[in-house]
Amino acid sequence: MSHSPYLRESRTVQQIMLHVLLALLPGIAAYVWQFGPGILIQLLLASVTALAAEAVMLKLRGKPLGLYLRDLSAIVTAWLIALSLPPIGPWWMIVLATLCAIVVAKHLYGGLGQNPFNPAMVAFCVMIVAFPALMSQWPAAGLDPPQQIDLILGGERPLDAITAATPLDALRTGLRTGGEDARVAEITQGPAFGLIGGSGWEWVVAGFAAGGLYLLWRRIIGWQLPAAFLVTMALTALLLWGMHPARFASPLLHLASGGTVLAAFFIITDPVSGSTTPRGKLVFAGGAAFIAYMIRSFGNYPDGIAFAVLLMNICVPLIDMYTQPPVFGHKRGSS
Amino acid sequence: MLQKLFTFHGGVKPDSRKDASTCRPIRPLAMPAELVVPLHQSIGGTPRPLVRVGDRVLKGERIGAAEGPVSAAVHAPTSGTVKAVEERTMPHPSGLPASCVVIETDGEDRWIEREPVPWKSMKGDELRDFLRDAGIVGLGGATFPSHIKLRPATAPTHTLVLNGAECEPFITCDDMLMRERADEIVRGAGIMARMLAVERVLIGIEDNKPEAIAAMRAAVDGDIQVVAIPTLYPAGGEKQLLRVLTGVEVAAGRRPLDFGLQCFNVGTAYRVARAIDHAEPLISRIVTVAGNVEEPGNFEVLVGTPIDELLKAGRPRADTDRVLMGGPMMGFALPTTAAPVVKATNCVLAGSPSLLPPPPPEMACIRCGTCADHCPADLQPFELYWFGRSHNFGKAQEYHLFDCIECGCCSYVCPSHIPLVDYFRFTKSEIWARERERAAADIARERFEARNDRQEREKREKAERLAAKADATRKKLAETGAGDGAPPSPAEEAKKALIAAALERAKQQKSSVKARNTENLPADKQAEIDEIEARRARSERRTVEPPEPS
Repeated sequence: MSHSPYLRESRTVQQIMLHVLLALLPGIAAYVWQFGPGILIQLLLASVTALAAEAVMLKLRGKPLGLYLRDLSAIVTAWLIALSLPPIGPWWMIVLATLCAIVVAKHLYGGLGQNPFNPAMVAFCVMIVAFPALMSQWPAAGLDPPQQIDLILGGERPLDAITAATPLDALRTGLRTGGEDARVAEITQGPAFGLIGGSGWEWVVAGFAAGGLYLLWRRIIGWQLPAAFLVTMALTALLLWGMHPARFASPLLHLASGGTVLAAFFIITDPVSGSTTPRGKLVFAGGAAFIAYMIRSFGNYPDGIAFAVLLMNICVPLIDMYTQPPVFGHKRGSS
Repeated sequence: MLQKLFTFHGGVKPDSRKDASTCRPIRPLAMPAELVVPLHQSIGGTPRPLVRVGDRVLKGERIGAAEGPVSAAVHAPTSGTVKAVEERTMPHPSGLPASCVVIETDGEDRWIEREPVPWKSMKGDELRDFLRDAGIVGLGGATFPSHIKLRPATAPTHTLVLNGAECEPFITCDDMLMRERADEIVRGAGIMARMLAVERVLIGIEDNKPEAIAAMRAAVDGDIQVVAIPTLYPAGGEKQLLRVLTGVEVAAGRRPLDFGLQCFNVGTAYRVARAIDHAEPLISRIVTVAGNVEEPGNFEVLVGTPIDELLKAGRPRADTDRVLMGGPMMGFALPTTAAPVVKATNCVLAGSPSLLPPPPPEMACIRCGTCADHCPADLQPFELYWFGRSHNFGKAQEYHLFDCIECGCCSYVCPSHIPLVDYFRFTKSEIWARERERAAADIARERFEARNDRQEREKREKAERLAAKADATRKKLAETGAGDGAPPSPAEEAKKALIAAALERAKQQKSSVKARNTENLPADKQAEIDEIEARRARSERRTVEPPEPS
């Protein structure tokens, strides 16, 4: 016999995941518009791989297949991987990345709700460490659809003709090759840059931001994580840019390029691997943004969000322990 | 004057579904043929029965007297004959039976003689004893004896709060009471305010009950203020309501009285007025019948009425698959509808698979924290769930498991459909069981150690005594040896005779005291006893004779 409460609100895990997928659509649409249909193939490959891997793992673990396959959490992971990896990467790369996320990062740690690390970010890190060259090949705007498909299916990669540096990459390369004389202001005049962020990428970022606002509006996510992430990123960038504007990019560029917005609304908001207390969320997101900025500006990788998220994932139990909110009847002034 | 309101964290807004049962006035219920009045209807001691099988009782006659410091009397709800004093199934999730007085009603409904209560001239204790003997308990659900809460604390009480929030879906008994009997609620509030010597009275009502608010506003005057509070479950929780109305957060483990506050349900205030003005003990209450019934509504129900009969008055639909006592958030499924209505019964809710759908399959917790967002106690339910699941009871307590009020908000919102409250109930009962076990083990250990100590001490004392005696004898022998041949002095002879006589008396006394229950024993027991007797006789002979000088 069941016990009280006998009423339940109708929102389910599946619905939450569905809202997240919906919220990703504007960004994906902008992606296709600016960079062609390659990303759609990647999304499809990742989704199919994720569902297959999820099914096999659930079967092996003796879990109810239908219940957990329908929760859409694997699809969310798959889409986030596809959106983090270059859209013209070979098919096996996205498949491998997705397997990495679903099999290793998710199910080997105990499945839904048990993974200490963000599965999509684990996949990204493994890929960037294992295949740094492939991971740095991003399409130039206006690359033909047939050519994109050919690349994904494993065709010849005449790289210089078809790829372009992402803005953060261009910035890094520019600063390194230019030596002491390089100026951020000059570099950002280059073709990789648009009005405020990367050329073309600005639209994708705008799409993700729109989706993020939708999630906030539907109360799928709270304000703490995205706000702390974006504000910390902006403030850190502002500090260094203010001190040395020639050598450091503006806060606006940092917000509008790379994975900043995607991470703020879709990646660090993964509840399973993130901090859960209100104050803990601020620490978690702020820490991730700070580390990401440091890796971007001083490290060897073009973007550091994946590493930053994993590093902060490790700290979550500690953060949560020290940020427990006061309980009713135990607050100051009530005793 | 506008009352400044405060908020509590979290809460949920389930569909209140109260309209169905408020469109009809409170109705009386046909007199049942039999009333089953449980003796234990309040927190605290079980009243001792004052009637025996065959006794005639009158309406309002006390049939159970308050027992112990925390207890309240119970009364015959109508006139009739006591058919039995026996165990009957209680309206409790356990379905366990408890002692009840079963009354066969005579249909006359004849009152015991009643006199108006001169409460203004009564001393505080007298008045409180009167309320205890009138069986007045909190009608909000906890059934705590009201007279105890009306004892002024050492610090002055400044605010009396009446709880008319009624935040659970479906339940409307307080709503209807306030609409129809506002004057008497206010009258009861006035009496309690005077007993506690408070400065002001606040009556908190959720703003989804405009009719009740209007009726109460029309009835109050002076220092009594009706405050509409936002509709947010569980605003009717005592600590939540006090927080909303006064901003005071009653600390864990403390009572509202420690903060100059006291809180009663509006129904309790009504019963206080009835008890004082009409000498009418708590023998009936308003109960909502709602849910899967054709004619939902509120009934004035005698305590002890079988829930079956009450439910019938609401005409339950054919697909009713269970009956709850209380609301859908905190109520429980009755093990049997034969159980009686008790003082705590505020609602009888008929459920059907469509009205109260079975919970969807439980999924893994994704730590989304929705439960924590809605917890009115500011707990982190998902953390407590993990600790409970992993039997990490110490951690669960550290995260304030026992501040959980089991309101059900967390289970209500959980997207993984985890029955969180069930986990908390389990964890709490596990911890209690362990505490009991530990306490029992502590007592056993203490007793064992005390026994060891005693045995050691006795051994030591005996040895000392023997040594002293032997010493004395040796000295005596040495003395008599020194006075060789000298006859014992007459004084000594007299002393010896006295001792001998005393010993003889003692012996006789011992043999005259006989053990009880020694007749008609089976042969083996008799043999055992004989053997023990023989052994005792032998040992007595040994101790009576003076020890041989060594």
